[in-house]
Amino acid sequence: MKKFIIENLSVRYSDNNESLRNINLEIADHAITVLFGPANGGKSTLLRTLNRLNDLADVKEMSGRVMFDGRNILDKTEDVIELRREVGMVFSRPVPLPLSIYENVAYGLIMEGEHDKKKLDDAVESALRRAVLWDEVYDRLQDSAYAISGGQQQRLCLARVLALEPEVIMLDEPTSALDPVATAKIEELLNRLKEKYTIILAPHNIQQSARMADYAAFFLMGELIEYLPGREMFLTPRDKRTQDYITGRFG
Amino acid sequence: MERSRFSTTLKESFGYTLVHLITLATVIPIIGLVGYIIARGAPAISWEFLTAAPTNGMRSGGILPAIVGTLYLTLGTAIFSVPLGVAAGIYIAEYAPDNGVTRLIRLAIINLSGIPSVVYGLFGLGLFVNFLKFGTSILSASLTLSIMTLPVIISTTEEACRSVPNSFRVVSTSLGASKWQSVRKIVIPQSTPGIITGIILGLERAVGETAPILFTGAAFYLPQLPNSPLDATMALPYHIYVISTSVPGMPVQIQYGTVLVLLVFVLGMNLIATIIRARARAKRVW
Repeated sequence: MKKFIIENLSVRYSDNNESLRNINLEIADHAITVLFGPANGGKSTLLRTLNRLNDLADVKEMSGRVMFDGRNILDKTEDVIELRREVGMVFSRPVPLPLSIYENVAYGLIMEGEHDKKKLDDAVESALRRAVLWDEVYDRLQDSAYAISGGQQQRLCLARVLALEPEVIMLDEPTSALDPVATAKIEELLNRLKEKYTIILAPHNIQQSARMADYAAFFLMGELIEYLPGREMFLTPRDKRTQDYITGRFG
Repeated sequence: MERSRFSTTLKESFGYTLVHLITLATVIPIIGLVGYIIARGAPAISWEFLTAAPTNGMRSGGILPAIVGTLYLTLGTAIFSVPLGVAAGIYIAEYAPDNGVTRLIRLAIINLSGIPSVVYGLFGLGLFVNFLKFGTSILSASLTLSIMTLPVIISTTEEACRSVPNSFRVVSTSLGASKWQSVRKIVIPQSTPGIITGIILGLERAVGETAPILFTGAAFYLPQLPNSPLDATMALPYHIYVISTSVPGMPVQIQYGTVLVLLVFVLGMNLIATIIRARARAKRVW
């Protein structure tokens, strides 16, 4: 099953900084799709298009179609707030909101209008368990989210997304600020989560891309160069540019 | 080689000493001034001075009507300028599109805070006292002071909102919060200390001003306290002006005492603002 069907997508910012040119890509559900390539290739832009977070940025031009569950999410009529609950996002640096651990996880639900204490409690516990953080924080849920380590904060950010019961989880260089142990924890977690969710991951290095990819898409200067199953991509890439990047000739 | 390094050190320590001396030169007059006023004014302060009306043509008795009047004016100014100023600041920081009109508004606000206070007084006289027929009253004076205070409150509120990291807004939005929810749940709580500081600094300016209330609400002498917003009132800054220039044979002690009371008002507010800021900074996570 395809979760996203992206057709002829082009995005340009008003400062022409990073853009996407004519992207065609289908993203499979219950798998990890890795977006990789050198910086400014358009990975973040694509992620921020899929949950319309780009609306906050200075986008000059956006054309093409992005079909999600049978509807074009680029339509003016799209309910972007509902979309962001379905397509959650984890950022490169852990950014806990300046609230308690509990409030961070419950944040999205409270914004949705959920005020039932019992339901919130259950949702927070369940999300923290799925993010494998519960055992480390269950006795200090009311502490500031800044009182825990960077690795824990990033799992908190994941739990925050999971609490909304999304269909898709996007992660933009989620381990770039973490040490190898914390990174391994996140990777292990993602491999478990892909059974239930569609995961789109933009790793910050090629090694992680190769480790994690069920499918991989190589982006260069705003263009999608190649899209293959992960194993194929990193063992036998077809495009010369992909080969050069994977073997370290540039990047 | 040795010598040039030595001279660099020498230059540096000379520079430091110079900077320290300059700092000292700015601080000493302030401390001196405050110390002098305390020394000269403190003997005048008594329970009676703070709680009785002036007698004998203001040459004896207390300054209660002026204290109460200043409190009323501060309160009145706060009622008008705080909601409006905070709302405007939040709007400009969070909602206003970054275009020519917004820049023009911001420019106007900055220029407003540079206008001499006597001009505000004349504007208040024309608009509130005469045109709207509020008369010489607490209402007119409060409205005039509000217009003077607004730019301070608007620009500090805007500044406080802007200092909240944008990543919080992005994260909040990505979790399905609407614009207003992000502002209400994250931006406003995070900028509240800054906003309160701005409010206090704005009101503090209003407390000490004479010119804007001169034509709009200040009375030379009133035997009783005002009992309606449409009454004129005595106020500390104007009272100081009056007893220093218009009352022959005024005891110097009462003049210094009155100045001391006004100074305690203003410095007290300043102190509160400083404490709020320091406590917020210590608690802040970003």
